[in-house]
Amino acid sequence: MSTRVYDCLKLIAEKIIENKDFLTDLDREIGDADHGVNMARGFQAVIEKVDPEDADIGNALKKTGMTLLSTVGGASGPLYGTAYMEAAKVFAGKTEVSGDDFKAAMEAAIAGIQKRGHAEKGEKTMLDALMPATDVLSEKLAGGASLADALTDACVAANEGIEFTKTIAATKGRASYLGDRSIGHQDPGATSLTMTLETIRDFLKA
Amino acid sequence: MVGLVLVSHSPKIAEGLTDLTSEIAAAHKGIVAAGGLEDGTIGTDAIRISEAIRQANDGDGVVVLADLGSGVMSSETAIELLEDEDIKVKLADAPLVEGTIAAAVSAMVGSDLEAVLKAAEDCRGVKKIP
Repeated sequence: MSTRVYDCLKLIAEKIIENKDFLTDLDREIGDADHGVNMARGFQAVIEKVDPEDADIGNALKKTGMTLLSTVGGASGPLYGTAYMEAAKVFAGKTEVSGDDFKAAMEAAIAGIQKRGHAEKGEKTMLDALMPATDVLSEKLAGGASLADALTDACVAANEGIEFTKTIAATKGRASYLGDRSIGHQDPGATSLTMTLETIRDFLKA
Repeated sequence: MVGLVLVSHSPKIAEGLTDLTSEIAAAHKGIVAAGGLEDGTIGTDAIRISEAIRQANDGDGVVVLADLGSGVMSSETAIELLEDEDIKVKLADAPLVEGTIAAAVSAMVGSDLEAVLKAAEDCRGVKKIP
């Protein structure tokens, strides 16, 4: 019998693995065509290394982060790895997810990604999905929405964030070498990040 | 002696550079390659880098030299993972090959951590054709 946090992480992993080719194709347009392959390898390792029976959400997220650090290989490794490890600190010793904790974990993930990648909003990165999603989540929770409902609206904002990345040029990572030629393409990192949030949304609603 | 960790996406680059440096600075025994993932795949692995830093440290500290992109990010992550340990470690903002040779020679003659770091970083902008 596996824990809820493990089940959710496994669904995220399956979603990423299922979209390996799609994410890699997006990255082929503006990057080095490895985002899907790298993320799929990392999340395959997550399924294998996270303890399915440990209900401590902090432990599960920390193990996820450490695993991504050592198995993704590209820049997504330290970026996603740091995001999960920062989120893990919020959930240390906890077995349930509250709206406030989820929001705090998203904020901690943003801070971790910014520390690692030195990126701001509007640079065609995963932050362009995660930051507006967190703003909307926070607003909806403050208005009394449940976590599942707030996350549903946050996913809409994350998808708008993906659309926004099509309109701007990259200034970080490999895509920045392309300058304005990166305009018109959606960011692979913003896409995988949105898939993650959508999977958690579906898990909470199920 | 200040240790060196050589980080590259390619295991062959990191190992080859270790070989090259061992020729030029033969007395330096604390150079550790941390290239690629554990299974030899192209990429960088923060956990592997942090283990290499531990291995390269004899108490005088470690300078990390990295190639590019995630090489730098994984190295920064590795250094953070060691925050609670008593290891002085610096990431050099330097070209990998030239920086490594300069750092190894500097370390071999007994320079301290800051001086070894500076030797590596002084290679930025060095012209190959005068």
